[in-house]
Amino acid sequence: MIRELHAKIQSGERKAADIAHEYFVRIAERDPELHAYLTLRESQAIREAEAVDAAVARGASIDLLAGIPGAVKDNLVMTGERTTAASKILDNYVASYSATAITKLRERQAVILGKTNLDEFAMGASTENSGYGPTRHPLDPSRVPGGSSGGSAVAVAADMAVFALGSDTGGSIRQPAAFCGVYGLKPTYGRVSRSGLIAMASSLDQIGPFARTVDDIAIVLSRLIGPDSSDATAANRPPEAFEEKLSLDVRGKRIGIPREYFEDIPDARVRAASEQAIETFRSLGCDIVPIALPHSRFALPVYYIIQPSETSSNLARFDGIRYGLSVNDQKDSFERTSTLLETYLDTRKVGLGPEVKRRIMLGTYALSSGYYDAYYKKAQAVRSLLRQDFQAAFGVVDAIFCPTAPEPAFKIGAKADDPLTMYFSDIYTVTANLVGVPGISFPIGTAAEDGIALPLGGQLMGKWFEEQTILDLAYAFEKAAKRATL
Amino acid sequence: MLSTDEVKHIATLARIGLTDAEVAHFERDLSAVLDWFEELKAADTAGAPAETSMAPESNRTVPDVAETSGEAPRILENAPGRKDNYFKVKSVF
Repeated sequence: MIRELHAKIQSGERKAADIAHEYFVRIAERDPELHAYLTLRESQAIREAEAVDAAVARGASIDLLAGIPGAVKDNLVMTGERTTAASKILDNYVASYSATAITKLRERQAVILGKTNLDEFAMGASTENSGYGPTRHPLDPSRVPGGSSGGSAVAVAADMAVFALGSDTGGSIRQPAAFCGVYGLKPTYGRVSRSGLIAMASSLDQIGPFARTVDDIAIVLSRLIGPDSSDATAANRPPEAFEEKLSLDVRGKRIGIPREYFEDIPDARVRAASEQAIETFRSLGCDIVPIALPHSRFALPVYYIIQPSETSSNLARFDGIRYGLSVNDQKDSFERTSTLLETYLDTRKVGLGPEVKRRIMLGTYALSSGYYDAYYKKAQAVRSLLRQDFQAAFGVVDAIFCPTAPEPAFKIGAKADDPLTMYFSDIYTVTANLVGVPGISFPIGTAAEDGIALPLGGQLMGKWFEEQTILDLAYAFEKAAKRATL
Repeated sequence: MLSTDEVKHIATLARIGLTDAEVAHFERDLSAVLDWFEELKAADTAGAPAETSMAPESNRTVPDVAETSGEAPRILENAPGRKDNYFKVKSVF
């Protein structure tokens, strides 16, 4: 997609400004129902696209991303733009700087159409937890698109953007990509700078792309990576052009099938599509290798201790003092009628939604005196065992395959009453974050619900910093699936 | 099962005001999640290091040098209460 659009823009056959305009027309048609976007930047985007057209008119050779319409999740700050993280506590916040990932896209002259909806502060698996109302599934608006990056997934799936950025702390790129039938990649921890990403859980968060082809994912990813003085965890590794190295020849690649992930897949259609995908990889010449990841069953409780713990610390900054909502912020209340503590309590009472409160409280409890050893320290110890599982497995295989999510997109409200059932949506995705490896979700089939073919996703996890391997495998699968449907 | 007082204590530590209805809700909710965490007791972690980061590379450092960002006016624009170039903060007591 990106290459075709690029060729047309570079040759002058299409104007980038016209393309951007077409996207805003489509957004105006579809987004009132789907609600993928929280903020649109129509006039700025058109102006930025016109700058690309002017460069082409001057005879300049433009980047592959120049003039390509994209969207960014609204937990990434962008200078001068309202940035809410879908929380009422940031309702009026206008960012004073831009996330490094956004700056990198804009340096390539990508055209950012707007900022997309999410579960408040990226906490959720359905985008129902947004303070601004849910995003809806493009094939069935009575269903969720997944989350937390549901707006970005829907923007791409409904062609309201060519690509989008999301963030993934426990599956928030991969699971909505699976639900919406697009590609989504969580890079290795440290691949992409998180400067300007409103932090949820800092040992888990990564920024990554959504797109409708593997080639597009590779093009965007190549432009996001690299060291950054503003993020000490951003790895100092040489640039890579994943799209130039994409290879369809995956013969002899060893794909591990973890027994623990396939033992009790609750949905028979997910199981069948996953097993069919394994056969496709076999037909492409891959070696299918049964493996064990013995500590897998502990991954989800480990995640739901570590992530809220880090969240409780990171979200302490939303206190009604420096930015965002402040209850009692009227001038006269600065008299000695209420205290600082009351400002904190009242601001967070009103400004934060129920899931965010729940996680902050869980994390506060897990880190509190007397419970730290039993929860947080224990979880970190199990986390190191999970990493040992993956190190052992990657001594034998090049990639690990499993479903992305245990079921297709569910109905809005179906899991609203019980946090644990919602947490189980992340069962196949959290481990990649806990151990830091890259993971990609790609379409592997569909499951019919109410006469609608809902997409199913498969996940490939790769070795640390070996995104190329899982991109190649997903690329070969994409082409094989395309041949099969012709 | 967490008690009402425990939930209120956690909420105060977390600097979150709660309505009585929310306190009752979180008693059930948080207790269910904490019960689920008990599954971890089955994991044998003898000798396992408790790591805080999976970063494949250790953190890099930069020289601690002051620089002018030029962002101060935009940062202060977001202040709920300000006086000149200061954030207004309530009295602690």
